[in-house]
Amino acid sequence: MLDLNAKIPSGPLQEKWDQHRFSMKLVNPANKRRHSVIVVGAGLAGASAAATMSELGYKVSCFVYHDTPRRAHSIAAQGGINAAKNYQNDGDSIRRLFYDTIKGGDFRAREANVYRLAQLSVNIIDQCVAQGVPFAREYGGLLANRSFGGAQVSRTFYARGQTGQQLLLGAYSALERQVSLKGVEMHTFEEMLDVVVVDGHARGIVTRNLLTGKITSHAADAVVLATGGYGNVFYLSTNAMLSNTTATWRAYKKGAAFANPCYTQIHPTCIPVSGDHQSKLTLMSESLRNDGRVWVPIKRGDNREPSAIPEAERDYFLERKYPSFGNLAPRDISSRAAKEACDDGRGVGPGGLGVYLDFADAIKRLGKNTIAERYGNLFDMYQRITDENPYERPMRIYPAVHYTMGGLWVDYNLMSSIPGLHVAGEANFSDHGANRLGASALMQGLADGYFVLPYTIGDYIAGTKLAKVDNTHAEFKAAEESVRAQTKRFLDIKGKRSVDSFHKELGKIMWEYCGMARTKEGLTKALELIPALKAEFWSNLNVPGSGDNLNQALENAGRVADFIELGELMCRDALAREESCGGHFRVEYQDAGEAKRNDDDFAYVAAWEFAGEGNAPILNKEPLVYENVHLSTRSYK
Amino acid sequence: MKLTLNVWRQPASQAPGKLETYTLDGVSADMSFLEMFDLLNEQLTTEGKVPVAFAHDCREGICGSCSMMINGQAHGPWAGAATCQLHMRAFKDGDIITVEPWRASAFPIVKDLVVNRGSFDRIIQAGGYVSVNTGGARDANSILIGKDTVEEAMDAAACIGCGACVAACPNASASLFTGAKITHLGMLPQGQPERDTRALAMVEQMDIEGFGHCTLVGECQEACPKEISIDVIKKMNRDYLVASAKRQEPKAASAS
Ligand SMILES: Cc1cc2nc3c(=O)[nH]c(=O)nc-3n(C[C@H](O)[C@H](O)[C@H](O)COP(=O)(O)OP(=O)(O)OC[C@H]3O[C@@H](n4cnc5c(N)ncnc54)[C@H](O)[C@@H]3O)c2cc1C
Ligand code: SF4
Ligand code: FES
Repeated sequence: MLDLNAKIPSGPLQEKWDQHRFSMKLVNPANKRRHSVIVVGAGLAGASAAATMSELGYKVSCFVYHDTPRRAHSIAAQGGINAAKNYQNDGDSIRRLFYDTIKGGDFRAREANVYRLAQLSVNIIDQCVAQGVPFAREYGGLLANRSFGGAQVSRTFYARGQTGQQLLLGAYSALERQVSLKGVEMHTFEEMLDVVVVDGHARGIVTRNLLTGKITSHAADAVVLATGGYGNVFYLSTNAMLSNTTATWRAYKKGAAFANPCYTQIHPTCIPVSGDHQSKLTLMSESLRNDGRVWVPIKRGDNREPSAIPEAERDYFLERKYPSFGNLAPRDISSRAAKEACDDGRGVGPGGLGVYLDFADAIKRLGKNTIAERYGNLFDMYQRITDENPYERPMRIYPAVHYTMGGLWVDYNLMSSIPGLHVAGEANFSDHGANRLGASALMQGLADGYFVLPYTIGDYIAGTKLAKVDNTHAEFKAAEESVRAQTKRFLDIKGKRSVDSFHKELGKIMWEYCGMARTKEGLTKALELIPALKAEFWSNLNVPGSGDNLNQALENAGRVADFIELGELMCRDALAREESCGGHFRVEYQDAGEAKRNDDDFAYVAAWEFAGEGNAPILNKEPLVYENVHLSTRSYK
Repeated sequence: MKLTLNVWRQPASQAPGKLETYTLDGVSADMSFLEMFDLLNEQLTTEGKVPVAFAHDCREGICGSCSMMINGQAHGPWAGAATCQLHMRAFKDGDIITVEPWRASAFPIVKDLVVNRGSFDRIIQAGGYVSVNTGGARDANSILIGKDTVEEAMDAAACIGCGACVAACPNASASLFTGAKITHLGMLPQGQPERDTRALAMVEQMDIEGFGHCTLVGECQEACPKEISIDVIKKMNRDYLVASAKRQEPKAASAS
């Protein structure tokens, strides 16, 4: 059993972070340059952490498999980032952002972490503006805000539909500045394939250079994983194609607990699948639901043109079911409502897997120009993909896998169950609970990277006696050997099936049995199908080419191998959680279609511990203690 | 539909490359150009051949990874779209399509269609930032920026660093990319203190990296998936001239 001490500071909620900062040990400024930190990943979390730690004086090495840090998946975020600035004077506050996030997460997140996130949100916006992030402004020159799913106040800051891009470019430019000042050594085209643990502490990583195939290892005093989420386990998702679980999965196998793996966020507004060739799904930002109205025909199988269906024969199901939030109901709720309508035979478009997102009323009210100004680039994107004009015909949307709330377990300091291994951004499990509200992932990534890790890593370094270790240590050599052996094994199978075909098959199993609705029966079935798929993978995989140059099939083989194992763990986790909460909907546990939580038995974080190849993983539980909010039934009616 | 594809194959950076021809059947108009390549690669893998290496990630036109010269056009025939946003309905049954990597000496070929655009990072390292450390930033609303100004900055900031502008330019100039960053930061109050040093350093880094000079041909603007206007190059040139003039003045002053 693991020791899952979350190290939450004592004292009142509002003062925990302050008190903790005061009690943390400091590293003498002159000594910082003697300490080295490895950061894997340069998305919002990694780039901001690497830049900030370098500014503080640490020797930082940063690794990405991309050709440049600016391409991290964070670049794709569209809608915006939340902050409790209350610039709109509409009643927002740190407390309200905290409460909305806890409630949005269906009371499965840690109070102290979420409160800190809400506090830091305010500084994030200041920091980004100082870097030159061109957030939208009002005519008077002040920052503009909009509202986003799950919130009744306007607290979302945005830069057109390219908020993630602009925030990442801000963090990337801070990072590049540190590279030029020689504070950060940047390693691009370098994929981390293992964590190295010496005397119980994370002391480095093993990487493979994607261009040369060279396997090397790197030692440091602390390691940060900021490697993003694992939504691609479903094959089709809104994630960038290269996003994967390898870094987190290999860390799990080295002793880092994996928390709440089954919590997957499904986003309600994506462009529906158009055919078997589909490689990924495109998100239509949730901000569209500020003006778009979601509906389906009342009659089953009504395949008239949308314009031919009169008002009286339309079901604006979100407005009907959730009158106070309407089209802005949170993602899990809206997604499930759309699925229900389609399962009921009222879906629209090819295969009946779609609902309308209609702008006709908004265009009538505000004019086409205003709508074009607000959402023009999204409309263009939609038209390019579907060949339909959303100004004239309602968009068709359908839910898709979007974000993973699970990830490596971390304590309040963002340290995993391996001392010295810290985890930030989407790669950790910490702040979101069973669901994530819109515009909160960007906030979390940047809070972790700019404002949490740089302090807590200092505390770890100052408070730990670390022996001198370099990459000639036996543990490094052993890790390198196992990475080499695995690479060779992929190339030696010489079977018949492509990596992609395995990935697609896994994705189908996951979506069918561990997707928007889960049952005991389905999950049990998946737990038979996945091991069989795994066995076939290891005997019938075909990876053409060699290991000593750029070989994308080989890279993918490693990622898919890890996805298969993670998929199995997700199903186990979903099976063990006999309740419904947020994005985890167990059909057996519901109350007239609404998720039915069971706080008596499941108000805990499920932290899975690797128990060796072939053994069932061990379930550890970190109880969630609520001292400041009342555990209520989540209602958006 | 059925297509004939001429694809540049080059096994490694230093190895010679050539166009190889493949025929591909069963392409649907709803596929993106990259999904068509997935299909090709699935076919090559089944035939026991090595699949084509190409860069991609987001597949929604924002990461700037995908980079293909399609029938001589960077990112292919659709204006304002990256390769991943191009859909096969832009082509018709029986078409012959030639696909090559970006060609520029500052973008060495890695393999097949993949090039190394690290030179762009080094241009940013030369000064494409505001020098501000984390912490201590003042309240965001204490900096007022007019809506029009921020919109113009955003137009320039939208650059995805794909390198199409370089590939399309007969001189392989990186001016649209560099001008976009200089314009983005130069439009904003936060960018003013370093405006001169930024322009000088970034422009000089372009030379060091081996990019060609801009002769305002305008191909870059045509190829840019984010429709960055060539005006950013004029802004960059102006900032560079102003900064160069200022650089000389203090020297003269101290000599006297
Ligand atoms: C389409 C889309 C829209 C979104 N919109 C919003 C939004 O509007 N608001 C919001 O708050 N959130 C949004 N999100 C979610 C948000 O973008 C992500 O959760 C967040 O950006 C993740 O950031 P990150 O830094 O944790 O990881 P990432 O940005 O995924 O970065 C991962 C980094 O790790 C590196 N890496 C990974 N594995 C390895 C390895 N093994 N070796 C070396 N390097 C590795 C990668 O190169 C990359 O640099 C959106 C997500 C999507 C998909
Ligand atoms: S300016 Fe346009 S073409 Fe050039 S790198 Fe930026 S987005 Fe690509
Ligand atoms: S794959 Fe990201 S821009 Fe094309």
